[in-house]
Amino acid sequence: MTAPLLYALVGAMLCGIGLFGLLRLSHLLRKLLAFNIMGSGVFLVMVGLPQHQGGQDPVPQALVLTGIVVAIAATALAIVLIRRYYHLSGMTSLEGETTSREGGPE
Amino acid sequence: MTLWLMAGLLFTPLAWAVLTLLTDFARGRLVTWGGILVQVLVSLGLWLTVARDGGFYYGLGGWDAPLGIELRVDGLAVTFVLLTAVVASACGWHAGIYIDPDKPWHRYFWPLFWFLWSGLNAVWLGDDLFNLYVGLELISLSAVGLVALGGKASALRASLRYLLAALLGSLAYLLGVALMYGQFGTLSIAGIASWLTEHPVPAGSGLALALMIAGLALKTALFPLHQWLPPAHGIAKSPVSALLSALVVKASFYIAARLWLELGEPLGNLVSAQLVGLLGSAAVVWGSWLACRQLQLKQVVAYSSVAQIGYLFLLFPLTYSVSESVSLQAQQGITLQVISHALAKAAMFLAAGNLILSVGSSRVDALAGVSRFLPFSLFSFGLAGVSLMSLPPSGGFAAKWLLLQASLESGQWWWVLVLLVGGLLSAAYVFRIFRASFLESPESDQFYHPARSLEVIPMILALLALGLGLVSEQVLSVMALPFEVEGSP
Repeated sequence: MTAPLLYALVGAMLCGIGLFGLLRLSHLLRKLLAFNIMGSGVFLVMVGLPQHQGGQDPVPQALVLTGIVVAIAATALAIVLIRRYYHLSGMTSLEGETTSREGGPE
Repeated sequence: MTLWLMAGLLFTPLAWAVLTLLTDFARGRLVTWGGILVQVLVSLGLWLTVARDGGFYYGLGGWDAPLGIELRVDGLAVTFVLLTAVVASACGWHAGIYIDPDKPWHRYFWPLFWFLWSGLNAVWLGDDLFNLYVGLELISLSAVGLVALGGKASALRASLRYLLAALLGSLAYLLGVALMYGQFGTLSIAGIASWLTEHPVPAGSGLALALMIAGLALKTALFPLHQWLPPAHGIAKSPVSALLSALVVKASFYIAARLWLELGEPLGNLVSAQLVGLLGSAAVVWGSWLACRQLQLKQVVAYSSVAQIGYLFLLFPLTYSVSESVSLQAQQGITLQVISHALAKAAMFLAAGNLILSVGSSRVDALAGVSRFLPFSLFSFGLAGVSLMSLPPSGGFAAKWLLLQASLESGQWWWVLVLLVGGLLSAAYVFRIFRASFLESPESDQFYHPARSLEVIPMILALLALGLGLVSEQVLSVMALPFEVEGSP
């Protein structure tokens, strides 16, 4: 197994873990963390895979930097929305009214 | 000349986004209306330039492809730039009057509006898979922010659901981009297409295309991935819903269509093309059926968007391994469908907003009696409905006529049934609204009269959607302009 392929496979695994978390977890912050794990997996594939000409390829590294900025912006927006949602409804998940009412502010 | 046009087109929205961040809502409105004027003039100028001289590649800031951002300015792209200018200025004008300037958080409407616009322009003109991703994210994040401006817990819940779906879609797309770059070593769509004509197709590269298209389909709300759309579009303010339904979902579809048209033939296969077409058909039937059963007015319009988006995905089967002429017909039909749906749906959401403002409730059965008080808005709603039902001479009719011909000529007659059933069901949900509004109700004669200009804007858009059928030849001829390949990567 070559190093680029190993990076790509680990990236794909991280993507799978993140996808599972994004779909199956109900707490919004956990969903957000799962999104970040999935994003890291994608970045790993992006940097790891295109190294086949021996040296390192600078283009994907520049892309990943931009990608990280986008991911941070998305995470920040999501945290603001989740926080506001929690303040208004006292809920930490998107499912019905019954779940997770653990000590929301009055 | 071109330099100024491109600079104006890409720079104005970003500059205006920053400018409006510094002001409150009322002053932001004045600033925005100035910006809209600039943007419309620039878009029109660019459209005229391309209609006269043909398309070209444009390296931003003089930097060429591998290092800089290269833009592909062709007939189709400038048509969509102009469409965006028309719909977004109508929504911006409407929003300036419709949205309450006294709520403090509404001042963020204008920056988000302008970021959305710059993202849309970036997507129409982008030629590079990664810049398209950045454009898409800019669009999604500002669209989510616009939905959240509703401020209530339900609006936040809808916007969070929208955000999670959009982020998942973007990551699937980005993973596809990573695999494409790992395989082909280039990010330009044209570069990948020309690589594929010279080399045999590597095994497994269909996976990258499938991932990208699946991610984009999630962002376009293709059945069965549509659940996030109706709550988000239904709960947002009416001008926001109009922007989202008319333009935002079209951006991700536009990328999927460009990918499919360039790379579908070598990388796709017949089963996946038919499968996408089948999902689109299911969206048409299921979305229209649910639209007939909604109790809230804006939910009816939102489910109608799910159905109309379904038609767009007929592009996939109708352009895969068919003759050139059939493929061209299908592409023209889909383009007309995008334009006419954008105009008609924006008109419908704005008119629905006026009706809701007037009766003070968003329920369909609360509309009783509104036909005598607000006939003008109801008429705009109906005219937009004519285009959605695809009756002649509307743009929707021209679009579906072309799709019908493409289906028959390629021998895929089963899509004709979808077009017929979809048309009938859309008639059902439009007439349901009319039936509710012509009922006389004894107890309610308290109606609020919205400002006259609020009623004029949807009427203009609805008339444009209706008139599109009459000028479809001219519109299509600009899109089919020969593309100057010199200086391409």
